Amino acid sequence: MSQTADTKEKPYKPTSPNSKLDFASIWEYDPAPESSDHVEIKDKYELFINGKFVKPSKGRYFKSTNPATNKVLTEFAEATQKDVDSAVKAARKAFEGEWSSISAKSRGKYLFRLARMLQERAREFAVLESMDGGKPIRESRDVDVPLAAAHFFYYAGWADKLDYAFPGKTPEPLGVCGQIIPWNFPLLMLAWKIAPALACGNTVVLKPAETTSLTAMKFAELVKDAGLPDGVVNIITGAGQTGAEIVNHKDIDKIAFTGSTGVGKLIQRSLAGTDKKFTLELGGKGAFIVFEDAAIDQAVEGVINAIFFNQGHVCCAGSRLLVQEGIADLLIRKLKDRMESLIVGDPLDKNTDIGAINSEQQYETINKYLEIGVEEGADVFQCKCSIPDAGYFIRPTLLTNVSQANTVVQEEIFGPVLTIQTFRTADEAIEKANNTPFGLAGGVWTDKGSKIFKVGSELRSGVVWANTYNKFDPTSPFGGYKESGVGREGGLHGLSAYLKLN
Amino acid sequence: MNLTDFTTSVPIDHVAVEERVSRLNKRSIKKGSKVQALKLALSMMDLTTLEGKDSPGKVIQLCQKAKKPYAAMPDIPTVAAVCVYPNMVKVAKDHLKGSGIHVASVATAFPSGMAPLSVRIDDTKFAVEQGADEVDMVISRGAFLAGEFNLVFDEIAAIKEACGKAHLKVILETGELHTYENVRKASDLAMQAGGDFIKTSTGKISPAATQPVTLVMLEAIRDYYYKTGKKIGMKPAGGIRTAKQALQYLVLVKETLGAEWLNNELFRFGASSLANDVLMQIVKQETGQYQSPDYFSID
Repeated sequence: MSQTADTKEKPYKPTSPNSKLDFASIWEYDPAPESSDHVEIKDKYELFINGKFVKPSKGRYFKSTNPATNKVLTEFAEATQKDVDSAVKAARKAFEGEWSSISAKSRGKYLFRLARMLQERAREFAVLESMDGGKPIRESRDVDVPLAAAHFFYYAGWADKLDYAFPGKTPEPLGVCGQIIPWNFPLLMLAWKIAPALACGNTVVLKPAETTSLTAMKFAELVKDAGLPDGVVNIITGAGQTGAEIVNHKDIDKIAFTGSTGVGKLIQRSLAGTDKKFTLELGGKGAFIVFEDAAIDQAVEGVINAIFFNQGHVCCAGSRLLVQEGIADLLIRKLKDRMESLIVGDPLDKNTDIGAINSEQQYETINKYLEIGVEEGADVFQCKCSIPDAGYFIRPTLLTNVSQANTVVQEEIFGPVLTIQTFRTADEAIEKANNTPFGLAGGVWTDKGSKIFKVGSELRSGVVWANTYNKFDPTSPFGGYKESGVGREGGLHGLSAYLKLN
Repeated sequence: MNLTDFTTSVPIDHVAVEERVSRLNKRSIKKGSKVQALKLALSMMDLTTLEGKDSPGKVIQLCQKAKKPYAAMPDIPTVAAVCVYPNMVKVAKDHLKGSGIHVASVATAFPSGMAPLSVRIDDTKFAVEQGADEVDMVISRGAFLAGEFNLVFDEIAAIKEACGKAHLKVILETGELHTYENVRKASDLAMQAGGDFIKTSTGKISPAATQPVTLVMLEAIRDYYYKTGKKIGMKPAGGIRTAKQALQYLVLVKETLGAEWLNNELFRFGASSLANDVLMQIVKQETGQYQSPDYFSID
C-alpha cells in the first residue's frame, strides 16, 4: 500500500522547535548509500528442513517487502502443519542420531565455523537486514551482525565446558527446541536462540517473523555450507498460524519465544499442563531516569540511543524519560536540538540515523498511539527533518505533558516515540519507573555512584543500565521481570535454559 | 548572567563523550559535500609557524601560501589567518596587506605563560601595536590546577583589556588539564572572562587537540550561547594533519552548534601541515587523481 499525504503528514499540534540553533542550512551531507549490488536475493525461498530446501506442502507463498520502498523483495514459503511436523521429525531424528553421538568439542567446532562464516559475509548480511527490515545500515553493520557472530563465538566456547558451568550437576540437552523470533533484530535474535541451543546439544526448529525472514533463510545457506548434520537446524517460514503449530506440536521439548506480551500470554496458556519448558522474552516500557547531577549532554545522547535505536523497535527501549524537575527544561531543550540533527531516511545510506518502520501494520499502530496521546492531552514535538515520500517513516517524536495514567505512558508503542515526565525525589522516580506491568530494562543517569546502586537495586527490571543504554554482550544475561518475560538468555544463565540439570 | 562557581564542576561522562565522537566519525562525507567541506576547512585555517628558528623569509613564504594556497587553482579560498610569534607580526602584516587575511599572534609568554602578568600584558600590547588582528593567549595552567580560578579569570580579563580591538583566543592547553571536567571548567572560565575564542592547545604539548576535548568545548560554547546569546568561537590546534580529520572536526561542529558556526568567524583550525593535505584532496576531487606531494609547496 502506498501512503497518502495525510497519513504521512499527520497534523498533530504545531511543533514549536524552540531552537535558535540551525542544523540544516549549510553543508548537507550528500547521499552515501551502501551498495547492494553484491547481495543475491532469490525470487522465492523454500523451507529449510532436514538439511534441504523443500517446497511447502500446500504450495503457498507470501510476499515480503522492503518497508523503505514498498517494493516486493522476494517470496517465502508458508509452512503448514505438515511442514512443521516434518521439521520436528527431522530435528528429533538428528537429536537421537548423529548430533548426540558427536563429541561436545565437535559441536563447538560447528558453532565456531558458523560464527566465522557470519563474519566473512557480514556485509552481505548487514545489507539484507537493512533492506528487509528497514533498519539503518549503520546499525545492522555495527550492531546486529557483529553481535550475532559474537553470540556464536561465545556459545561455541561453552559447548565442551558445560560440566564446568554447573558444578555438581550433570547437564543434559532438552531435545527438540521450537524457537519463534521477532522482526526487530531478525539475525541477532536467531543467534540468541540457535547458538545456546546447539551448544547444549539440542536441535532446533526456528521460525523467523513473517516480515523479516530473509537473513534467516541466508543463515540456512550457511548451515548447509558449514556441513552441520541434517536436521540439527530447521528453519521454516510463516505467520502466526505456523508459530502456533510449533507451540502446539507434541514432540517439542522446549519453546523459546521473543515477541509481544500478548502473544506470550497465548503461548503460556497453550503450554499450561504440558511438560514443555519455555522461555519468553516479551515487551517492555523502560524508564530512563535522569537525576540533576547527571552529565546532561551525555544523558541527552543516551536518550537518543535509548529510544531512537532501531526506530524504537526495541523491547528494552527507554521509552519513558523520567527527568528530575530542576533540569527538565534544559534537558528537553537540548534533546530537541539534538533531534534536529537526526537523519531519517534510506536505511542503506551510511548517514541515516533512523530508518523505516518495519511494516505497514506497525506504522499504523504507532500513528494510532500518537493520536491517542494527542487525545489524552499530550504536547507533541517532532523534528523538522525531511522524510522520504515512499515507504513507512515516522519522525522522531517527544510527548510531553503526559502522566502515569495515560495510555502512551502505560503501553508499549514500539516506535520512535518518547514520553517525558518529571520527578522531584528518587523515591518518586522509582515508584513511577516500577508502575507498569512490564519490567525488562531501565536506565539510571547520575554522576554519583552510590545513587546508581541505591536506585538501580530498587528498580523491578531485568536490566538496569547506568550512564549508558542499549548495550548488549553475549556474556550478559537478559530477560524480564513481571509481564516482560520468563527466563534468561545470554551468558551462563542462557545455557541453563537449554539444559536438564540433574 | 551570574558567574559560575568554579569550585564546582559540570559533570562530564568521559566514556559517553568518546562514544559520541566515534559515532560522529561514522558520518560518510562524499562527493559535493566533501568538496564543500574541504574548501570550508581551508578557509578556516590559521596557517601557523611557531618555531625558535622562524625567520622573516619563512613568514613571508607562509604569507604567500596563505594568499594563494595552490597556484593552479586560483578560485580556491584563502586561509583565515597567519599565526606567528609577536616579533614576526609586522612582517606578516606587511605582506598580507589588502588580502583580508588576518594576522594572529601568540602572546603572554607563549607557550608556557610562565612570566609575570605585567610581562604578559606587555607582550600582548606589543603584538597588537605591531598590527596583530588576533591574539592567542595561554592560561596559567599551574594556577588553574591549584584551584586559583579567580586568578586565572582575572588574568584573562586583563589580557582581554590589553588586546583592545584585537580578537582574543584563549588557549586552555587541554593536554595539561587532563580531565574533561577541567576542560569544561577552563572553557567556562575563559568565555566568562571575555575570550572571543577558546582554543585547545599550543601545539607544544602532547596530546594537542583531540576530538573528544573539542566536543566538550563545543558543548560549553553551546551552553554559554543558551544562557547569554553570545557566540564564542572554537579553535582546535595541533595534531590535525589530514583532510579526513578536518572533515571529522567539521561534523562535530555542524552537529553540535549548527550552521552558524561553520565559518571562519567562529571556527578555526590551528595547523601547519594540514593545508597541503586538504589541497591534495581538493585537487583529487576535481581531477579524479591524486597528485604527487611534490606539486604542493612546503612552507
